[in-house]
Amino acid sequence: MRKAILKILEDNCRLSAPDIAKMLGIDKDTVANEIKVLEKERVILSYGALINWEKTDEEVVSALIDVKVTPQRDVGFDQVAERIQRYPEVKALYLMSGSYDLSVLVEGKNLKAVSKFVAEKLASMDNVQSTTTHFVLKRYKQDGIVFEDQHEDLRQVITP
Amino acid sequence: MSVNFDKFISPVVKNMPPSGIRRFFDLVANTKGVISLGVGEPDFVTPWHIREACVYSLEKGYTMYTSNYGLPELRKEISTYLLKRYEVEYNPDNEIVVTIGASEAVDIALRALLTPGDEVLIPEPCFVSYSPCTLLAGGTPVTIKTNASNGFKLTPQQLEANITDKSKILILCYPNNPTGATMSKEDLQAIARVVEKHDLIVISDEIYSELTYQGKHTSFASLPGMRERTILINGFSKGFAMTGWRIGYVCAHKHFIDAIVKIHQYTIMCASIMAQKAAIEALQNGRAQVSHMVNQYNYRRRLIVSRLNEIGLSCFEPKGAFYVFPSVQITGMSSDEFAEKLLDEEKVAVVPGNAFGESGEGHIRISYASSLQQINEALNRIDNFVKRYAHLSAVNSN
Repeated sequence: MRKAILKILEDNCRLSAPDIAKMLGIDKDTVANEIKVLEKERVILSYGALINWEKTDEEVVSALIDVKVTPQRDVGFDQVAERIQRYPEVKALYLMSGSYDLSVLVEGKNLKAVSKFVAEKLASMDNVQSTTTHFVLKRYKQDGIVFEDQHEDLRQVITP
Repeated sequence: MSVNFDKFISPVVKNMPPSGIRRFFDLVANTKGVISLGVGEPDFVTPWHIREACVYSLEKGYTMYTSNYGLPELRKEISTYLLKRYEVEYNPDNEIVVTIGASEAVDIALRALLTPGDEVLIPEPCFVSYSPCTLLAGGTPVTIKTNASNGFKLTPQQLEANITDKSKILILCYPNNPTGATMSKEDLQAIARVVEKHDLIVISDEIYSELTYQGKHTSFASLPGMRERTILINGFSKGFAMTGWRIGYVCAHKHFIDAIVKIHQYTIMCASIMAQKAAIEALQNGRAQVSHMVNQYNYRRRLIVSRLNEIGLSCFEPKGAFYVFPSVQITGMSSDEFAEKLLDEEKVAVVPGNAFGESGEGHIRISYASSLQQINEALNRIDNFVKRYAHLSAVNSN
């Protein structure tokens, strides 16, 4: 049940507990309680919306930055990661296998703001050896959602 | 001299009533802003890997005819699939024909077996093509009314009561369109005993077999002694979301297939190779996508049944396909009246139950092959509608 609730919410977090209960054929209080527990345990971290900012007049620039780090004794990459993740400009942060160590997704108002952040905050940080910045030019798909997908129903309105 | 068209049109065709859905289709098509829950096909687009396999086959130049029976590789996959999933065994060499959807399969199976005067037993409510195809094949349709009270299953008593010495074929379609009814193994066994006793042949249209939400789908052909008496029809339209590809198949004992393939070879030649290539991919790698779609349908099914019952449109729980078939009795309206008023006043399209046979009167078919958002919005509108009329109906009857 837990997994089913999570899957449903991951797809659409606006569904109410009573609706989810009906979808799963279980009691609505059971679902409401389970969701509370999941929130408390921080299995569910937040309920967000996926937004295509390009369709608004708000400008957002994002960049993926490959960061090479000198690992530190005992704590490895964690200490550097912890420093990086504190910045609100950092939207996502992953430890990677391969030719670099940390992948940082940074968002800013414009190119200049992001570049400035990388140069002044990220690249100059202790134990950061190098950074390679890749600006995102276009988002096609995110979290399983295609941005320019056609939502028109192409079917005949009534079929047997 | 002007042509007297009527003189030339076959009386069988002339006397055939137009599909009850057709009239309603025109009504809906001319109304703006409609949420349609009247669609008898998946709202999912065919999974990309299947579409891609078709594109690839075109790039490789697969644009020719295939064997009348269909591509050997596809028949092998169908044979393996049926054995694994439904425990029925058909020889891919001579017991499977790939058809233009399950619809063609119904037509050629009937034509291969019927002679004028033969009666075909058709439980109703049912899909719209069985009676017309029977008539076109020279047979006589004998409809059997099933009831909401036992979940629109066919009972052995109902079957027995309609059998005459002319009865030849029984058509079964479970999971059922339009009711969503399923028949368990035990239910089917009881039917099988009657079939055996009266020496009938069963055309089992199992096109919705993948969309079974409780228990396991039982293929009629898998019952003891029934393989030889069954013409099994299935396809890719519903389970794999491939309606527009027109690809299905018919399986039966070699003797029946020998006859069936004759009609197929002269009228159709073969199903399109692009669709056949796509179908191979569907069977080889489609399982995960099918499970995903079935899961989604199941969520919607539970939601819709529960809400319809809250609204007051009493509704037995359908265990298959993607339809619910609630009664509209509470509003005091006929199927047609309900569907037309609902369309007019709330801009929601459902199909009047009587389009699927007389016994569907007093019901509507609601398809849940639609997004959750659409379903929820449509249910809100249906709720408003029923509130408005259930009240009046109660006043009138007092």
